[in-house]
Amino acid sequence: MRKVSRLSRFNIASLALGLAFLYLPILILVIYSFNASRLVTVWGGWSLRWYHEFFNDRAMIEAAWMSLRVAVASATIATLLGTLAAVALSRGERFRGRTLFSGMLYAPLVMPEVITGLSLLLLFVALNAERGFWTVTIAHTTLTMCFVAVVVQSRLGSLDRSLEEAAMDLGCDPVRAFLSVTLPLIAPAIVAGWMLAFTLSLDDLVIASFTTGPGSATLPIRIYSEVRLGVKPEINAICTLVIALIAVVIVMASLASKLSSSQGESAAPL
Amino acid sequence: MSSRRIFARPARFAAIAPYVWMVLFFLVPFAFVLKISLSQTAIAQPPYAPVFDLTAGWDALRGAFAALSADNFKLLVSDDIYVFAYMRSLTVAVTATALLLLIGYPIAYGMARLPKRWQAVAMVLVIVPFWTSFLIRIYAWINILQHDGLLNQILLALHLVSQPVVWLSTDTAMYIGIVYSYLPFMILPLYATLAKMEPALEEAAADLGAPPWQVFWLVIFPLSLPGVGAGVLLCFIPIVGEFVIPDLLAGSNALMIGQTLWLEFFTNKDWPVASAAAIVLLMVLLVPLLLYERLQKRQLEHGR
Repeated sequence: MRKVSRLSRFNIASLALGLAFLYLPILILVIYSFNASRLVTVWGGWSLRWYHEFFNDRAMIEAAWMSLRVAVASATIATLLGTLAAVALSRGERFRGRTLFSGMLYAPLVMPEVITGLSLLLLFVALNAERGFWTVTIAHTTLTMCFVAVVVQSRLGSLDRSLEEAAMDLGCDPVRAFLSVTLPLIAPAIVAGWMLAFTLSLDDLVIASFTTGPGSATLPIRIYSEVRLGVKPEINAICTLVIALIAVVIVMASLASKLSSSQGESAAPL
Repeated sequence: MSSRRIFARPARFAAIAPYVWMVLFFLVPFAFVLKISLSQTAIAQPPYAPVFDLTAGWDALRGAFAALSADNFKLLVSDDIYVFAYMRSLTVAVTATALLLLIGYPIAYGMARLPKRWQAVAMVLVIVPFWTSFLIRIYAWINILQHDGLLNQILLALHLVSQPVVWLSTDTAMYIGIVYSYLPFMILPLYATLAKMEPALEEAAADLGAPPWQVFWLVIFPLSLPGVGAGVLLCFIPIVGEFVIPDLLAGSNALMIGQTLWLEFFTNKDWPVASAAAIVLLMVLLVPLLLYERLQKRQLEHGR
């Protein structure tokens, strides 16, 4: 029997090039954030000058603080709602309006952000709501709860349902069975969902631009208006800090899913 | 199974809160977009007319309904700017999705052939850039592609070019940005189907005398079509409405529809036309959106 070699040279080359393509630009950005020179492209030695500049930039700090608050608030609400939605879809069997429900949950995942942003803004204007922290938070919750629902639902789908049934056969009511059996098992996915919602919110420019009001810009909005004017070393420093924050979040997410799924089933990170 | 059915009832109650939320903040807003797309621009706050005022009584409401018109849609069809913008969005999305498939497939295929232990590592490595900010990734490329950026410095040092090449504000830069940003969305569904494939299939085909390209083209590729479909839709739909990447990397002489919508809304303050543009964009995307939903549902609900 002729054996097909599992990993050809072509496979290795495409993997290496692909990963290099994905990581080199970010790596270059991080390195240049420590550049002492004002000219972004001339290497002037290592320095923390641009980080210093960022911490003295009040408008940037305020925007970063706004972004963090929105990300924490919207991720928390989105995780709650998204988990409920996932439970309803994977355990609720048939119910009225189910098709519409799942449709509304999957559509925002790929819906162009300009449409989501515009439609929410028109709603807020019609309701005469004051635009700022809460409108952005609501908008981000609407987007990110769909991602949470997908992550949690895929975990629920791979779960052995006989565990829940055993708990109910032993006399648990459904709510109790869910809380004491199902919930601990899907906890890693819920944590991963929260982290994903948090980073998506921190990342979003378009929807936030539509739904925020004057004087409450988020970090991406500030970065965007600076970037339009050209490359500035300070932006490299801010970007590096954001990347570091997200890296911490990812490490925490993977630790959380390792800790609570010692049976070897790990939650899908996406 | 009786306990399953008992479980289903409270599970259905769990739908209430997210259901209400999505109707309120996803479905209802579309009604507003539709309504305002049929209104006239006005120099007022909010900048459109008529405004429905439920307290003004029935006659006023009927008058407001009568004032709705399809003028904005007529403008969108008759004005070249918008027609070109839609055509450009579709062209860019088709080209970029094809590029993504060409670049993403070999990477996903390589991942699927790694030893099991390494597959998990490779998957994390592909996902991590997806978690880092979109804007930051585009900014990273501006750093590299600018006039005296790293790419030009390398090309000059290697004597491949005698003068710095203009990269920024070109379609090349935009395609690099799009491929870079969407690559994980293409790789992951492809990898998911490729990894499930039995290695025995390839071996059987090779045993029967098929050369490697035939093994690939007649066995592997057809079997990976569900993954190809998912990856293509996952990239194509958002790219059509993309705003940030063309705005920061492409030139300003040909706009995509996402940029036009943004411009109408923020610069021209023409909310009705922006809304009409959003409705048309949604219409263009309706078929791929429905296809994508079917796929997503099948994957999640039937454990495929």
